[in-house]
Amino acid sequence: MIELDELDRKVLRALQEDATLSAGALGRRIGLSQPATWRRIKRLQEEGAIKGRRLMLDREKLGFGVTVFLGVKLATKGRVSLEDFERAVSAIPEVQTVEHILGLYDYRLRVVARDIPDFERVLRRRVMTLPGVGNVEANVLLSEERRPGPI
Amino acid sequence: MLDDTDRRLLRQFQADPNLSTAELAEKAGITQATCWRRLERLQARGVLRGQQALIDWRALGYEVEVSLRVTLDKTQPRAFDDFLAAAREVPEVLEIQTFLGQVDVRLSVIARDMAHYQQVYRSQILTLPHISDLDALMHVARIKEDQVLPV
Repeated sequence: MIELDELDRKVLRALQEDATLSAGALGRRIGLSQPATWRRIKRLQEEGAIKGRRLMLDREKLGFGVTVFLGVKLATKGRVSLEDFERAVSAIPEVQTVEHILGLYDYRLRVVARDIPDFERVLRRRVMTLPGVGNVEANVLLSEERRPGPI
Repeated sequence: MLDDTDRRLLRQFQADPNLSTAELAEKAGITQATCWRRLERLQARGVLRGQQALIDWRALGYEVEVSLRVTLDKTQPRAFDDFLAAAREVPEVLEIQTFLGQVDVRLSVIARDMAHYQQVYRSQILTLPHISDLDALMHVARIKEDQVLPV
């Protein structure tokens, strides 16, 4: 497990908001020299505290007006392998995330679509036809915020 | 609206946000100057809002991830506002989403282990205002998580 000091936490918090910050700009903000900041960023990446970066895109401006979370329960466990289901569902471009969970259902999918008719098409033609799909519960996303987390 | 070049650019950039402008230009089959101009324009129009560093919470010692599905007491007019404001104060909450459907709000919560989760759940989650029902789903694995938009 990686141990963080107070400066590491500041670096991580700043990069969570803006991963394109230069070591110089970030260093000025937290009171460190450019080379010292650069070494910290490098170390946090190498140790694995930072696992990558993500583009923040405006979904609506790109024409994706609808995001739906689907809770999928598999109907025929045992007959269909989880690997087959996972492979097939991951191949659907509109499915952004696939999470295997324990509880009310087996998988949670995050699906994007242009609008509700487009979502219906994805649901009927792609999701409902997946091997082993049983019950599907849908919740339409209204708002979403990411928090910095416990650092 | 976006043209084919913008889409190609965003596809390549989403696939690897660590690419430099030069590498990105080469992958998208455009000159570096065009690439730079296009990125500027996507930013100016608010399509590309920035980049976030992704933290590996597991590497930082957070082994447990739970999805809490909350139904609120809607007879309280301020149920949503009060609940969301209080949930933002819990450091272990990583995501807050609101929905149209069976579920009102989903919180993504992380903890170091089950004992820590139990403590967060009892002292910080169950004390959130206006909860009428609460379900917990335990994460087993992420199968697909890049959250790429099929532009």
